[in-house]
Amino acid sequence: MEILLAFLVGGLAAVGVYLMLRPHLIQFLIGFLVLGNAANLLIFTAGRLGSQFPPLVQPSGAVLEPYANPLPQALILTAIVIGFALAAFGIVLFYRAQQALGTLNAETILEAPDVSPAPSPVDELPTEGVRR
Amino acid sequence: MVVAIIVAFVGALTAPWLHRWLGHAAGWVLALLPLGLAFYFASLLPEVVGGQTLRHSLAWVPSLGVNFSFYLDGLSLLFALLITGIGTFIVIYSGGYLKGHPDLGRFYLVILLFMASMLGLVLADNIVTLFVMWELTSLTSYLLIGFHHSEFRSRRAATQALLVTAGGGLALLAGLILLALMGGSLEISELLGQGQLLREHPLYLPALILVLLGAFTKSAQFPFHFWLPNAMEAPTPVSAYLHSATMVKAGVYLLARLQPALGGSEVWSSTLMLFGLATLLTGATLTFRHTDLKRLLAYSTVAALGALVFLIGLVPLTDYYAAMGFATFLLAHSLYKGGLFMAAGAVDHEAGTRDITQLGGLFRVMPLTGVAVVLAGLSLAGLPPVLGFIGKEVLYVAALQAAPAWVVGLAVLGFAVGAMLALLLVVPFFRGQPPQKVHEGPPSLWLGPLVLAGLGLLLGLFPGLYNPLADAVASAVKGKTVAYHLKLWPGFNLALLLSLLTVLLGVGFYFLYPRLQAWMAQEPIPGPENAYVALLRGLMRLAAGVERLLQSGSLRAYLAWIFAGLVGLVGLALFRGGALFWPAGASSPRLEQVLLLALMFLGAIGALRLRSHLAMVVVLGLVGAGVALVFLLQNAPDLSITQFLVETLTAILIALVLLQIRSIGPVPRGRWLDKGLALGLGGVVTLLMLGMLAQPFEPHLSQFFAQKSLPEGFGRNIVNVILVDFRGLDTFGEITVVGLAGLGVWALLKRRRREEQP
Repeated sequence: MEILLAFLVGGLAAVGVYLMLRPHLIQFLIGFLVLGNAANLLIFTAGRLGSQFPPLVQPSGAVLEPYANPLPQALILTAIVIGFALAAFGIVLFYRAQQALGTLNAETILEAPDVSPAPSPVDELPTEGVRR
Repeated sequence: MVVAIIVAFVGALTAPWLHRWLGHAAGWVLALLPLGLAFYFASLLPEVVGGQTLRHSLAWVPSLGVNFSFYLDGLSLLFALLITGIGTFIVIYSGGYLKGHPDLGRFYLVILLFMASMLGLVLADNIVTLFVMWELTSLTSYLLIGFHHSEFRSRRAATQALLVTAGGGLALLAGLILLALMGGSLEISELLGQGQLLREHPLYLPALILVLLGAFTKSAQFPFHFWLPNAMEAPTPVSAYLHSATMVKAGVYLLARLQPALGGSEVWSSTLMLFGLATLLTGATLTFRHTDLKRLLAYSTVAALGALVFLIGLVPLTDYYAAMGFATFLLAHSLYKGGLFMAAGAVDHEAGTRDITQLGGLFRVMPLTGVAVVLAGLSLAGLPPVLGFIGKEVLYVAALQAAPAWVVGLAVLGFAVGAMLALLLVVPFFRGQPPQKVHEGPPSLWLGPLVLAGLGLLLGLFPGLYNPLADAVASAVKGKTVAYHLKLWPGFNLALLLSLLTVLLGVGFYFLYPRLQAWMAQEPIPGPENAYVALLRGLMRLAAGVERLLQSGSLRAYLAWIFAGLVGLVGLALFRGGALFWPAGASSPRLEQVLLLALMFLGAIGALRLRSHLAMVVVLGLVGAGVALVFLLQNAPDLSITQFLVETLTAILIALVLLQIRSIGPVPRGRWLDKGLALGLGGVVTLLMLGMLAQPFEPHLSQFFAQKSLPEGFGRNIVNVILVDFRGLDTFGEITVVGLAGLGVWALLKRRRREEQP
């Protein structure tokens, strides 16, 4: 199971990265979410599998062995929520960008605003021979 | 001594207020600061001349051996007296020269700060203190050269001076640290006694080269001489003070200071003599190109600095003449050059031009300045009865003693140009008609030149006055006690003959000058400055290239760099760390698990293929729900519930947005780079997981949480207790992030609403 998961996580990561590198921002977003899922699974597997019981303390005060590792679960819970917050913000941002600029292509979206470049210090150097 | 330096710094800081308060008189009042310091250092003369050295230390970082430690012997005392003494007249002079300038208060501040830093530099014993002061003089010099900061030429000259001297300063730091490592101490006074050890150390040569780089850039030695004439864009008091009398001598000072430790090797003497002579001749040759008073004086300063470096190289080769010549010529040059610069500024100020071909008959209208120029000119030409004559005589004796004849001949040629320059400067005072409405400037403008030139005459007539200090200076440079009798009239000897020859040649050059000048000024002569400009341009082009490569503005390029870095670093760590393993003892999967994972993988592949938005959302949901099911199967109910919830919300959000966007349009085929990166990262992640699973598991932390959850966190759901109790701050941070994201979403949507209903 772990080995299969290792290959699945690798595959998900590859798909996520590829989608993030595509020009369309919606694809970027999907890729980002897929990569996030892959990362969560990685952390989860790092805490080892093969448990029989959830990490709950019995009323008697004992934990039934073998219980699932609670630490990665806590970490992933945080990660899921933060990932969602980020995704939600990204979705709305792209929505606004689509409305304002009419495109969600990461390559062409830059050409919408025109910022004239500041003069570089090279321009200040003498152009003819050295003056003394 | 430490107090004196602190007083100098604090006094400098009060300058702008004093200037605002006192107005025009501020120059005279502020001059009391350097004057008082000059008297303080003069009061130390008897002790130092008596052979004592004073040392004061203030702990700074004692654990590293870094201290504010200061050391006073003949050499540093001469410099301290020059800095404070000339500084007094410079401050007075500035008040007259820059009268009414809106930034005069700032000018006082920076020039006094410079004075304090320069004092710290020549008194410093600890190499870290020395370096800090060294760079402070570079910085204040930058501010002063660029004082007329609205002018492009000033800014360029200031930047050039800073880049050259501060760059050299870095080399110096490295060299000094090497010396400290070799000698086992950061105190120069302790390193001086270890000359033998230092010279035989394998690191001697690298350290020497680095120190020389620092000294040569600071003291405008060939091939770094070009910044000094350009620095003449500065107001004249700055040129007189920093760029002739004091700061440019910092490199010379350092070489003289380290002479007992580093000198004595073949490479030391030959390098210093070679570069000194080259600088002397470069300065002399380029003099012919100019008619501007300040430029002429600047090239003459370059030549004089070359002569001083040449002399330091000669020190180990002669018994005491070179050291004595150094002590005398150094003082003589500071006096006459400071005076000449101030006089040139006064002429410029009153007559409105610094072009020697435009000036004439000045003596009748500016007699006091004229007297100063004549006296200083005598010193520059090396004629009796002034100090410059004695300095040059001793220099010639030293050169005749140890240098080959052709070297002496070249030195004579270099000094002959000095004699020519003296004529060029003096003649406009007597020949021709005085310009209209030109008159003597206020006392602040002629006092300095007159006193400095007069001192040159006084010490020339009575060299005995300077002799004890000169002995102390020479002893410090030589590294052992020197006693030499300075005489104005040494009798007829070869050196006197050379002096005569120098003057005759100088007169000859004077008559050649008009034609040579016209010829040499025509074409720009390629020099090391071209290399500087090329280097700077190359640097800018490199920076632009790096910017294009890394700061392209393309999201995909940034991501590609990040992912490539990740693949490279993680891959390297796995490979080098030997973490490539196939895990043993992994549980074999059950059928439904295999099916689940296969479904997720198919979903992911589908995301690559599909073009329809809603299909993408479905596919994404497949992956998300699959992950949630994995959590559920592996006894993580909280995760599973959260994951399902979040996946649902995300899907709804995306679907809402996608309704606005009909299609993502035609998408170009994936680049091979993207495919390669994706496969590389996937592969690295798989290898990382396999390697990790092969390691033994460390359950301590998990057991701790399981055991402490109920007794200390009072909760039976261990995951929840970790979140809200053991790692409560983390969760707080998480809530903050969610809150901020919510605010962002709200702001984005609200703006739209306002735009819709204007």
